[in-house]
Amino acid sequence: MSDKRSVLRLDDITMQFGGVVAVNNLSLEVNENEIVSLIGPNGAGKTTAFNVITGVYAPTNGAVTYYGETLVSNFPQSKMKKMYAGENLGKYTEAIRRTPDKITKMGIARTFQNIRLFKELTVFENVLIAKHMNTRAGILSAACRLNYKEEKSMREESMELLDIFGLSGFKDEIASSLPYGQQRRLEIARALATQPKLLLLDEPAAGMNPQETNELTEFICQIKDDYNLTVFMIEHHMNLVMEISDRIYVLDFGKLIATGTPSEVQSNQRVIDAYLGVTEDGE
Amino acid sequence: MMKMNKRTKLILTIALAVAVMLLLAYLDANRAQYSYGIAILQRSAIYAIVAVAMNMLTGFTGLFSLGQAGFMAIGAYTVAILTIPVEDRPSVYYINGIADALANASLPLWAALILGGLLAAFVGGLIGIPVLRLKSDYLAIATLGFSEIIRAVIAAPQLDRITNGSYGLKSIPNFGSIYDVFIIAFLCILVMILIINSSYGRAFKAIREDEVAAEAMGINLFKHKGMVFIISCFFTGVSGGLLAVFMRSIDSKTFQVMLTYDILLIVVLGGLGSITGSIIGSFLITAAREWLRFFDNPLIIAGFQIPLFRSGFRMVIFSLVLMAIVLYYRKGIMGSKEFSWDGLYRFIHRLLSRVRRKTPGKEANHHE
Ligand SMILES: Nc1ncnc2c1ncn2[C@@H]1O[C@H](COP(=O)(O)OP(=O)(O)O)[C@@H](O)[C@H]1O
Ligand SMILES: [Mg+2]
Repeated sequence: MSDKRSVLRLDDITMQFGGVVAVNNLSLEVNENEIVSLIGPNGAGKTTAFNVITGVYAPTNGAVTYYGETLVSNFPQSKMKKMYAGENLGKYTEAIRRTPDKITKMGIARTFQNIRLFKELTVFENVLIAKHMNTRAGILSAACRLNYKEEKSMREESMELLDIFGLSGFKDEIASSLPYGQQRRLEIARALATQPKLLLLDEPAAGMNPQETNELTEFICQIKDDYNLTVFMIEHHMNLVMEISDRIYVLDFGKLIATGTPSEVQSNQRVIDAYLGVTEDGE
Repeated sequence: MMKMNKRTKLILTIALAVAVMLLLAYLDANRAQYSYGIAILQRSAIYAIVAVAMNMLTGFTGLFSLGQAGFMAIGAYTVAILTIPVEDRPSVYYINGIADALANASLPLWAALILGGLLAAFVGGLIGIPVLRLKSDYLAIATLGFSEIIRAVIAAPQLDRITNGSYGLKSIPNFGSIYDVFIIAFLCILVMILIINSSYGRAFKAIREDEVAAEAMGINLFKHKGMVFIISCFFTGVSGGLLAVFMRSIDSKTFQVMLTYDILLIVVLGGLGSITGSIIGSFLITAAREWLRFFDNPLIIAGFQIPLFRSGFRMVIFSLVLMAIVLYYRKGIMGSKEFSWDGLYRFIHRLLSRVRRKTPGKEANHHE
């Protein structure tokens, strides 16, 4: 583990909404070219952790580091000072915030648990929009099409991605008209269009049948190799998680309760109690 | 399935353009006879600019501003103050006099229009910068408030020597030719179409569809919202400037909230997210407003005066129409689609086939 470069590190991240501590003192690390999974029962705080990493929420306390650089850092301030129910108070004294678009530009892309495509736009436009952040042309030169070369390469790259994802046949369809599984795929394609180094997937196999899930498992491994990605993933399908994860973190009520390789986690009694037993009944 | 080839479409487009030009030339040659019709078309073209500008903001980016009248006022006053002939100014400002700095300041119409647009954009930036960081809903409230404040400012006695206070400005010189308005409207709308079809336009649509996802795609929300708002304000200002020239005399009452509602009705009726819808809507609503004028006049039937028919009733009808559209006809005329020859072809085809289907049905009835 130590021979690999650290891509993402969370230190003592606490996210408190009013009185609810959604993520409680979470520390974890994701290294280059790994596939790391974050699992836990519903409401454990997994999506919230993703939202902190991607800048949607500023954490209440703690820091996020990306390739050695502090991405986000915060400590309880103003009203939160009195309300704070987490740990490590006083350890962090710096408040650094970045908006989600800045974080995406730094190379972290994500998908959403409840698919968030640009529903009324075409499949092609969905991917093309992700290329916009790299435009160097200003709005007026873009309007006058002085950036036609840039525009052309944006379109070509987007088309290439759709080909790879097997979506080029749906190019001009409205995104919301795609079958569910294809929508999930499109969301991953769109995320990859931002040319990330780290890809965050929030329940990519949610709502998929076993066969689709198997295909997705292979697909994630393939794009990871092809695009030299690091993958951090929230997932409930245990087959998928156990098959492709290098390491797993288990969250329960906002707290980390276990970590290790798939086999270590699988045999961990706390994990079985908190999660594995429950979901097998549930699903 | 029903597609025309490119050549047919090109020919149709050229034919349409030629027809429009011939119509304008004909109207121009018979100005005196058609002055009323020309005026309606000019007002429609002016409204089309501000309607497309509003649509760019609301229909394409999902931002809601109700400050159109205020930004038009900025453009209108800029153009009026700078284009009233210097020799006419003493008579326009005969009560309070004109500020020394402005006494001889004058610009050609095109420059005054651009300056009016830029001033509207600048003021738009001042409002937008603090407000656009908040939730989108606040923009509507802030711009609506601004729009009323700007009217109060224009009419304020302290500015008498600039805006001529509540007396308003008169003697604004007319357009050089009847073509001016249409050419300027064409150029303004063309620029907005080009922006909407550029990479930035796609980013605007992404923001409309889903702000969280747009931001996750690396789109800086604040920057893009600011851009589209300022551009929209610019063109709103330009259209206000044109309105001043068209009306020849303006005062602060010209720019009441009612004006904003007219534009809103055009945009909603034409279809949010459809530029051609806004253009069609401008011409329809402006013409309809003229026809509806009889609602504002007292109506006497068989000796009774119908009580509802008095000044302002037209606006009640307007509001009812707006409500009806929002409730039952939310997509407007064009939905979010644009006009295309294919679309028109399909529409006519559907219409014809419906007529054809009905005809044999009638014949069958005759046989019975
Ligand atoms: N914006 C928010 N405001 C208040 N509570 C929130 C917010 N977002 C998440 N939560 C709460 O945080 C907890 C964790 O939610 P979430 O991270 O979505 O769980 P998971 O993804 O593990 O199912 C839940 O109790 C949820 O209600
Ligand atoms: Mg979740």
